[in-house]
Amino acid sequence: MADDINVKQLLDEMAEAIQSHCNDENYVNPLMIGIKRGGAWVAQQLHQSLELSEPLGELNIAFYRDDFSTLGLHPEVSPSKLPVDIDHRHIILVDDVLYTGRTIRAAMNEIFDFGRPASISLAVMIERSGRELPIHADIIGKTITLNQGEHVKLLGPEPLTLSFTGNGT
Amino acid sequence: MTGNIIQLDKNGNLKHFLSTEGLSQSLLQNILDHAESFASVGERHVKKVPLLRGKTIANLFFEPSTRTRTTFELAAKRLSADILNLNISTSATSKGETLGDTLRTLEAMHCDMFVVRHANSGAAHYIATQVSPHISVINAGDGRHAHPTQAMLDMFTIRRHKQDFTKLKVAIVGDILHSRVARSEIHALNTLGVLETRIIAPQTLIPKGVEELGVHVYHDMDAGLDGVDVVMMLRLQKERMQGALLPSEQEYFQRYGLTSERLAIAKPDAIVMHPGPINRGVEIDSSVADSDRSVILQQVSHGIAVRMAVMAMTMGRSPDDIGETE
Repeated sequence: MADDINVKQLLDEMAEAIQSHCNDENYVNPLMIGIKRGGAWVAQQLHQSLELSEPLGELNIAFYRDDFSTLGLHPEVSPSKLPVDIDHRHIILVDDVLYTGRTIRAAMNEIFDFGRPASISLAVMIERSGRELPIHADIIGKTITLNQGEHVKLLGPEPLTLSFTGNGT
Repeated sequence: MTGNIIQLDKNGNLKHFLSTEGLSQSLLQNILDHAESFASVGERHVKKVPLLRGKTIANLFFEPSTRTRTTFELAAKRLSADILNLNISTSATSKGETLGDTLRTLEAMHCDMFVVRHANSGAAHYIATQVSPHISVINAGDGRHAHPTQAMLDMFTIRRHKQDFTKLKVAIVGDILHSRVARSEIHALNTLGVLETRIIAPQTLIPKGVEELGVHVYHDMDAGLDGVDVVMMLRLQKERMQGALLPSEQEYFQRYGLTSERLAIAKPDAIVMHPGPINRGVEIDSSVADSDRSVILQQVSHGIAVRMAVMAMTMGRSPDDIGETE
């Protein structure tokens, strides 16, 4: 399945979709925030091609995960960086894969500890089946159906490639 | 006294934090890496993360302390844990309750972690052997033995200023004999691979056999400070001083006090550290303590981040690691 997906093309289409989403919603100077690590890689590419004026933000959601008591402290240690005040701003939150929705919930909780944004839109490169929370993306690179036990992962940062593992691949 | 076996669970993760002795370089670096992440939390709009929400931490202080207790308290609160402050010296034990009964009582209140300060060396280690398997113990200073979170916040401060430990010459100055901080620092500096650790003190304030820890001993301040990158001053622990180990505070300052003239012997970018509380005019001159070379107040802020890291690392274990069955 990985061969069918052109990451470069997905990124171009996402950038275009974000642009028209912002136009439709009248979002001026949106702030883009990528979720580490894969989401931050995607956000870097999108931020560059959209030529956004505000600096790119990065979130490390390790302290907001809901699996701490069973999995312990996540090994990702680089801190979150939101370089500008997020109060009353429109945020484009970027992740690589939308699966259960738990990462997005954690990311939104963390964002609100930095301030009160005017809105948050979600852009993901891959939307896959298996949602456990009522979360949907506003901009989607590609929607795929995977069974339980099948996984898709973004490898990077250079080059960005998708890797599929599990049953049936 | 403190084998690392009790500090680690069967997967090699930190379970208790009792001593810097015996822990690997990668584990110490991991504490510093996590602390770096937690440091950024203190600069936010909301200075709190939900990591330890629902956990209860008891500060068991058998010996008075303000700075250490309050930074542990703040660290716990920034992790969203609930914290109890127990001043044991004035409570249960004075009514005749045994330590074991005090621990059982706190366990019955569903505490998840004990932060222990005690005048006797080995107290935290002993408590770690007595508590139920799901409870973590952090040593907040035991007698002359260890004060591992202080040592790690010092390592964090050094790393922030100097990055690479392997190129550094570090001098620890003052009352090494009574200092649990110095002991923990020496173990941490050795593990992190500094080029050279020196201790500078009068003969009467140096413990016997300290050379076995790989440090170089100096009795002359000027010789010892020559070319060092980091000067770690220790407090002259007056309340611990027994007998005539020193002639007078004035003479001590003349020979071992850190003045700007003496600091000029160290490297031009050398930083000055002190675990606090400082005795101005006894071990350090006010002009040095307040200078831009002094990182003493940064050490206090870093203490919160390092304690958050250690609390999160020791609490973040799955039931499998603890050996519980569910």
